[in-house]
Amino acid sequence: MTMDARESSGSAPAQKATRDMYLPPERKKIADGGTAHISAKEFSVYYGEFEAVKRVSADILSKYVTAIIGPSGCGKSTFLRAINRMNDLIPSCHTTGALLFDGQDIYGKFTDEVLLRKKVGMVFQKPNPFPKSIFDNIAYGPRLHGVNDKKKLMEIVERSLKKAAIWDEVCDRLDKNALGLSGGQQQRLCVARTLAVEPEVLLLDEPTSALDPKATAKIEDLIQELRGSYTIMIVTHNMQQASRVSDSTMFFYEGVLVEHASTAQLFTNPKDPMTEDYITGRFS
Amino acid sequence: MNIGTRKILDRSFTAVGIGSIIVMAVALMIVVVPIITNGIGAVFFTGTVEHRKMLFSEFKRGDSEKLSSEVASSDRYRAKVYGMLTDFEAELETMAPEKKVEYKAKYAEVRAALQALFGPLPGDPEPMLTRFKYGQTRWEKAEEKLHDLLYETKWDNSNPDVMAKEYFVSRAIGFQGTSLVKLFPYVKDNMEKLLLPEFTFYWGFITDSSVDSHFFGGIWPEIQGTFFLAVGAMLFAFPLGVVAAVYFTEYARPGFLNSMLRSANSTLAGVPSIVFGMFGLAFFINTLKVSESKSVIAGALTLAIMILPTIIRAAEEAILAVPKTYREASLSLGSSKWNTIATVILPAALPGIITGGIISLGRAAGETAPIIFTAAVSVGSAIGLADVLTSPTPALSWNIYNLASEHEAAAQIRHVQYGMVLALVSIVLMLNLSAIVLRARISKKLKG
Repeated sequence: MTMDARESSGSAPAQKATRDMYLPPERKKIADGGTAHISAKEFSVYYGEFEAVKRVSADILSKYVTAIIGPSGCGKSTFLRAINRMNDLIPSCHTTGALLFDGQDIYGKFTDEVLLRKKVGMVFQKPNPFPKSIFDNIAYGPRLHGVNDKKKLMEIVERSLKKAAIWDEVCDRLDKNALGLSGGQQQRLCVARTLAVEPEVLLLDEPTSALDPKATAKIEDLIQELRGSYTIMIVTHNMQQASRVSDSTMFFYEGVLVEHASTAQLFTNPKDPMTEDYITGRFS
Repeated sequence: MNIGTRKILDRSFTAVGIGSIIVMAVALMIVVVPIITNGIGAVFFTGTVEHRKMLFSEFKRGDSEKLSSEVASSDRYRAKVYGMLTDFEAELETMAPEKKVEYKAKYAEVRAALQALFGPLPGDPEPMLTRFKYGQTRWEKAEEKLHDLLYETKWDNSNPDVMAKEYFVSRAIGFQGTSLVKLFPYVKDNMEKLLLPEFTFYWGFITDSSVDSHFFGGIWPEIQGTFFLAVGAMLFAFPLGVVAAVYFTEYARPGFLNSMLRSANSTLAGVPSIVFGMFGLAFFINTLKVSESKSVIAGALTLAIMILPTIIRAAEEAILAVPKTYREASLSLGSSKWNTIATVILPAALPGIITGGIISLGRAAGETAPIIFTAAVSVGSAIGLADVLTSPTPALSWNIYNLASEHEAAAQIRHVQYGMVLALVSIVLMLNLSAIVLRARISKKLKG
C-alpha cells in the first residue's frame, strides 16, 4: 500500500472495522486490504482481584498506526503489554476473554510467548539499550534467532539502523557502548533493535515521554516512515501526537475501551461525550 | 529548629564522622605497621656466613668460590677460639678434682653457647638435625647468642612476695685465673670477622621449601597450599553459588519453602568456622570418604561450604540490582528466560558477583578452623597438582597458628612466623585489590 493511497482513504477502513467489531476473523477483510491483525474479544486483564482492562473488544488493523489514549491508570499500557505478554513478568497478573494475534489466541495453551514476542516487538517508555556496544544491541535479536554470520549480521544492523533513521549518527561508532548515546538516539536505537528481529507488530509504550521535543519529533518522523510496513500501536499521553501519527485511535477510561474510531473522526467528531471531554482537556 | 542549632548539629556530626575515621586509621596502622616491619625481616635481613653456608648446602645456591674464601677467613678467627678451648681442656685435666667438677659444668655451658653461635665445634659428632648443623644465620639472633655466651642468666628469688627477677652475671669472672678468660673479649671483639654479617635479600623465603620444620628455608609449601585450598574452594563454591542465586531470584516461587531456604542460607553465613571444620571432617572424610584422611580436596570442599552463603547473597543482590528494563528489553525481542539470564542479566550483574566471589576467596585463603581437621599439616613439602585428591598440605593460616603456639622453638623462628603473616596479608590484599580493579573495569565497560 502506498502512502498516497492511504492518505486519501486512510480513515475509512478503521471506521468500518469498528462497526464490524464482532464479526468472526475470516470476515474481517477490509475494502482496501486492511485486515484485523490483533483482535480482542471480551478481553480482561486482572492484577490479582483488580480488573485493569475490562472486557475490551477491538480490532487492530494490519499495517495501520493505532494510538491508545486515556488518563493515567486507565489500563492502556496494560492492554498494550498484554499483546506481547510482557505482563507475564507480574506474577499476580491473569486474563480472561480472548486476545487473538493472526487468529491465534495469545493466551492460548499452546502459544509460545517467545515466538510471539519475536513477531510482536516492543519499545518502552524509557530507552533501555543493553550495556553493550551499538552493534551488539542491534545484533542481539538476530543472534538469538540463529543468525551468526558476521556479514549477514552487519547487513541486518545497517538495515535496521537505517530504518530507524539513526544510521548516519552512529555508523562510525558501532563498537561504542550504546549507553553513551543521547536519550533520543537511545530510543531510536531501541526501535532499530526491535526492527532487527523483523516483527510484524510494533508496540510503542509512551516512547517519547522521556524525551525532549526535538527527539520526540524525530521519533514521530520515524513512526511516519514505518507506517504501512508494520502494524504499529502507540500509547501516548500527548493528544497532538496521537492525532499526528495515527490512523485510528482508541480511548480508554478506567479499563474500559470507551471509543475506537479513525483518528480523524475521534478527534473531530467523537461519539462519546467522555471522549470529547478528554480530548478537549476537561479532565485528564 | 533554628539555624544556629542546625549548624552546630551538622558540625558535630561531621566531627564525629572524621573522628571515627581517624580512630580506625590509627588502629589499622597499629596492626599493619608491625606486620609489615617484622614480616619484611624474613626476606631482608643481615645474614651471616652461616646463612650462606646453609643456602649452599641445602639449596645449592650461592657463589662457591666466594663462599669458600669467606669460610676460610672466618675459620681462621674461629681456629683461635677453638684453640683456646683445647688449651682450657688441657688445663682442666691438671686441676684439683673439686675445682675440675665446678669448671666442667661451667665449661659445658660455654661450649653450648659457642655451638649455638658457630655450629658444631671441632670434635663434635655430626648432628642429626639440620638445625644443629649451622650456627646463627641471622645477625640479630647471633647478637642474642653472644649475650648468652658472655653472661650467665640468674634469677633473684630473695623476695618471695614478688616474681623472681632475672639478672646477668659475666661468665668471664667465673673463669678468672684460667686460660679461658681470654675467650670472651676475643669473641666479643671479633664477632663480625667470625660471622661475616652482610645485608641479605633472601627471595627464596617465598619460593623455597622449609628445612627442618621452618628452622631454615622458606614458606613455598604454605603459599602453594593456601592457593590450592582457596582456588579449589572457589571452583566448587562460585558456580554453585551463582546457580543458586539465579534460582532464588529468577525461578523460585515465593512461598514457605523459598523463605525457609533463604533464611537457612543467611543462618549458614553466621555459623562459626570451626563448626564447618568439624562438619567437613564428619561429612566429607568420614561419610563421603572423598579421601583416606586429610586432603586438599576435603579442605577445599569444606571451605566451599563455608563461603557458599556469602557468594549466594552477593550474587542475589547483584542480580536483583540489574534494572528491570534490561529484562523487558531482552524478553520483548523474543528471548527465552534462560537466554535473558545468560546474555543480559548475568553480564550486567557480573561486577557484583565477582566482588562477592573475590571477598570470599580472601576469606577462604585466611580461614584456619575449617582446614585444621580436613586439610592442614604443620610440616610438609609442596605437593603437586596431582596429589590434591590424596595429600594434605601446609597452609599459611594454619602454620601461623602452629608456629605461634605449638612449635617447639617458636621464639627462635619468629621471623618465619612474621613472614608468613605478611605473605598471607599480602595475598588477601592483592586478591581484594584485583577485585576492585576487575570490578572497575567491568563497570566501566558496562557504563560505556
